Amino acid sequence: MADSQQISTGAKTGAHADLAVNMLHSPKERAVEYALGFCALVSVLTTLGIAAVLLVESLHFFAEVSIVEFLTETRWTPQFIDKHFGIWPLLSGTLLVTVIAALVALPIGLMSAIFIAEYAPERVRKILKPGLELLAGIPTVVYGYFALTFVTPLLQTFVPGLNIYNALSAGIVVGVMIIPMVSSLSEDAIRAVPRSLAEGAYALGATRIEVVLRVMVPGAVSGIVASFILALSRAIGETMIVTLAAGAMPNLTANPAESVQTMTAFIVNVSLGDTPQGTVEFYSLFAVGLVLFLMTLSMNFLANLIIRRYRERY
Amino acid sequence: METNERNGSPPAARGASEGAKVRVENLDFWYGANHVLRDVSLDIRANEVTAFIGPSGCGKSTLLRCLNRMNELIPDTRLEGRVLIDGRDMYRNADPVMVRRRIGMVFQKPNPFPKTIFENVIWGARVNGYKGDEAELVERCLRKAALWEEVKDRLHAQAYGLSGGQQQRLCIARTLAVAPDVVLMDEPASALDPIATAKLEETILQLKERYTIIIVTHNMQQAGRISDRTAFFYMGELIEADATEQLFTRPSRKRTEDYITGRFG
Repeated sequence: MADSQQISTGAKTGAHADLAVNMLHSPKERAVEYALGFCALVSVLTTLGIAAVLLVESLHFFAEVSIVEFLTETRWTPQFIDKHFGIWPLLSGTLLVTVIAALVALPIGLMSAIFIAEYAPERVRKILKPGLELLAGIPTVVYGYFALTFVTPLLQTFVPGLNIYNALSAGIVVGVMIIPMVSSLSEDAIRAVPRSLAEGAYALGATRIEVVLRVMVPGAVSGIVASFILALSRAIGETMIVTLAAGAMPNLTANPAESVQTMTAFIVNVSLGDTPQGTVEFYSLFAVGLVLFLMTLSMNFLANLIIRRYRERY
Repeated sequence: METNERNGSPPAARGASEGAKVRVENLDFWYGANHVLRDVSLDIRANEVTAFIGPSGCGKSTLLRCLNRMNELIPDTRLEGRVLIDGRDMYRNADPVMVRRRIGMVFQKPNPFPKTIFENVIWGARVNGYKGDEAELVERCLRKAALWEEVKDRLHAQAYGLSGGQQQRLCIARTLAVAPDVVLMDEPASALDPIATAKLEETILQLKERYTIIIVTHNMQQAGRISDRTAFFYMGELIEADATEQLFTRPSRKRTEDYITGRFG
C-alpha cells in the first residue's frame, strides 16, 4: 500500500526522479544482505572455532608428549601405567577400516550410479534411487550392532580365527553405509553430462557400454571423484560402527581379522567420562582430533587437485 | 548375409530401390500417444542433397532420427513402416549400432567431445575397431570436412577452442571417419553465423560427390542453395517432394506454396 503510494507520487513529480532511488541500499535490502551474510559466516566461524580449540588444547598435550614420540612411537597406551602415545596404531586402525569401506563402496556405488543413470528404465529408477537413499537414513548405531550381531557371526563361518571385534566387519558395514553417498552424487554427476554428447557418441555407432565408459564417466569424473572423497571423509570420521564392531584395542596391524581401535573410537572412549580432565590422557583426545581434522582437510585438498587435473569441460 | 536379405525382399521393394538410396515406406511414428509422423513414404537418391523443410513440429527432425534409429534412445516411442537403405531393411534383423555406423549424423548444436581435435575425429573410428593409420584417417576426414587447413597445426589442442562453425565441421569429420554412406544433418547451421554457414554449405556441396546427404533446415534459402531435392512436411505428413527448383517455383500443392511464400510457418 505504502509502496504504491510512493510510486504514484513519484510519477507525479516526474518519472526520472525514481531512477535515482538506489534500491540496493534501502534499509530492507541491507537488512536482508546482513542476515544472509551472517548465516554464511556461522558455518565458517564454527569451523575456525573448532580448529582453534583443537590446536590450543593439543598444545597442552604436546607440552607433555613430544611430537617425535607422537609420530614415531608404535604403541598407544594412554590408560596404562606405562603410558605411550604413538598415533600409528589408531591411524592404522582408521586407515584399515577406511580402505575396506572404500573397496566395498566405491565399485558398488559407482556401478549402481551408472546403472541408475543410463541403464535403468524410468520405472526402475523411481524405485531404486529413493531405495538407495533410504540406506543413508539408517542411524549409524543400527549399522553398528548390525555389524556386531549379524555380519561378524556370518563372516566367522568363512574366516576362521576372526575376532568378535574386527576391522573387516566394521569396514564392510561402513562401506555399505557410504554406498548411497557415492551412488547418489556420482549419478548426479553422470546425469549432468550433456545429453548431446551421449547422442553424438550413439550416432557414431557406439554401444551403450562404450558411451558410458568413454563419454559419460570421463565427462563426470570430477563429480565422481568428489563423491569418492566425500564418502571416504565420511568413512574416516565414522564413529558408531567402529566403536561397536571394531573393538577398543589400539593395534598396529594390517590384518582385517584382528581387533583395531580407530581414532574416532578412541575419542569416544575418552569422552565417556572415566578420564579425569586436565590429565595427559584427556588432552590426547584433542591431539587425535587434530590428526583426524588434518586428514579430512588433506582429503579435500587432494580432491580439489584431482578435480582440477582431470576435469573435462563441456 | 546382406545379399540373402536383398534376395529375400519383395520384388516391389527391390525394383523401387534402384536409384533410391534411402526408401521410407508407410512410416508412422509415435511419442507416447502423440502421433508425429503419418504414413510417410519417400525415396531419396544417392549422391544428392535432400532437404526436409516445414514449420516447427512438422516431424522433419523426427523422420531424420528414424532413419538412423536415434529415436529408440527415447523411451516410450513406437514406429511402424519400413526404412530401407539400398533395399535393406534398417529395422528388421538389423542392429541399431550397425545401422548408425552406416548412417552418420550431425546435430543441430555442435557437440564435439571434450577431447582434442584428433581424438574427436578418431573416436568413432576407434569404437568401430579401426586398425589402420590413424593420422592418415584424421587428415583425410578433416580435409573432406574442409577443416584441415585451419587445424593442421593444432590437432592436439582441445576441440572446445574452435569456433562454432569449426566445431560443426569437426563433427562432420568425426562422422565421416566412421565411413558411412548416408549423412544426416539436423539443422546443422542453426547455431552458426552467416559466414560459418556459407562455409558449411560449401562443405556439404563437396561432400555429395561421395555421400548421400539429408539435411533438415528451417531456412528455405538454404534449402534452395544446397539441395537437389526438397521434401515439405506439415503436421506429420509429407505434403510434397520434388526437385528443389520445381518445388520452389512451381509447387503442386497449395500448402507448399503458402509455406514457401511465407504465408504461414
